[in-house]
Parts: sequence; structure tokens; C-alpha cells
Amino acid sequence: MVEISPSRADRLTAILTAGFAPSYLAIVDDSAKHAHHAGARDGGQTHYSVTIVSASFAGQNRVARHRAVNAALAGEFATGLHALALVARTPEESARSPDQPTT
Amino acid sequence: MTATIEDRIKSDITANRVMLYMKGTALFPQCGFSARVVQILSHMNVPFQTANVLEDAELRDGIKQFSSWPTIPQLYVDGEFVGGCDIITEMFQSGELEGLFAEKGVSAAG
Repeated sequence: MVEISPSRADRLTAILTAGFAPSYLAIVDDSAKHAHHAGARDGGQTHYSVTIVSASFAGQNRVARHRAVNAALAGEFATGLHALALVARTPEESARSPDQPTT
Repeated sequence: MTATIEDRIKSDITANRVMLYMKGTALFPQCGFSARVVQILSHMNVPFQTANVLEDAELRDGIKQFSSWPTIPQLYVDGEFVGGCDIITEMFQSGELEGLFAEKGVSAAG
């Protein structure tokens, strides 16, 4: 039997770290802000904000970057992840935009 | 996704130069992310059409498959998928969205 980590944030961290080797990764669970509306579930872990900085995004437009992250997280979307607010940048872009949302 | 839904989406995004698939309507968005994109488009004074995916489960699934994009809202300009809420917000803040509309010649609403 496959061991499943109880926390989605832990799984997101593991998947994104393995897939994108980020130089910066911030994951915020926003589920509480969305409680009691569509997509929210008891126990939360449905809504997240992710800021990821990775050299692997170089040469990709925004849609391609989001697609890559979404594809990596397909299993999470299939198991109740409902919304992912995503900022995906390269290290160079990140250095140029110090105003990026963080925790 | 049925052929009917795919045809409907293709027809929608062709007939409407700026087409937003969202939850709720432009007047009554039922999701904060959809509301934000409506707010941006309204602020830019760009004419746009919306489709409410909450009224049509087939459309809600279909639009996700159509662009291989798992979330709503989704914005299309001249038949091309531009992005979801985060991308539109980033593009608005950086001025790229204005540039895109200018380049496409999508005029401000009269």
C-alpha cells in the first residue's frame, strides 16, 4: 500500500520540489478563506496559493508554466484540490520583480 | 467532452472576441476568482461575453478539457486561451493585457 501523506501542503511541496527543483517555493493554505462555498470541503485542504521560482520555466509563457504545474498536480486536483493561485517565475524574473506576493 | 460542447465552445470563442468562462454572471459573479477577472475587464472597458459554467455541468467539464486547464475562470481572446485568474491579474498589472487588447484591436466599449 502506498503511504499517503496526510497533509496536502506536504504533498504539494514534495511534488513541486521533485518536478521543478525550485529556488524558491511558498505554499499557503487559503482553504479557511473559502470555507462554506463551492469547492470547499470539510477538513479544508482545497484552496492554496503557490509561489514557485524555477529555472525550468525559462522560455515558457505563463500558460505553459501553469500547465506544467497543473499537470504535475493532476493527482491532487483529482483528490479534492479545488483552486490553486499560482505565481510561476524564473529566478531572473523574480529578481526583477521584488513585489511578488509572498507569505 | 461531447462534440456538441466542443462545437459550442468553438462557436462562442469565435463569435465573441473576448469570451470569459466563469462562475456566475458578470453582474453576479459567484466566485472571487471569476469576479476579479470581470472587474479587470470592466475596468479596461473592453466589451466581453460571459458563459456561466455553474448552469451547465457539461460545459464546466468541457471547458476544462478544451484547454487542458483545470480551473475556472478562463479567458479567451480571438479564439485563443489567454489564461485564468492569476495570469490575467499578472498581465493586467504588468500592462501586458492592455498591450494584447491593443495589438488585437479590441476596442473599448462605446
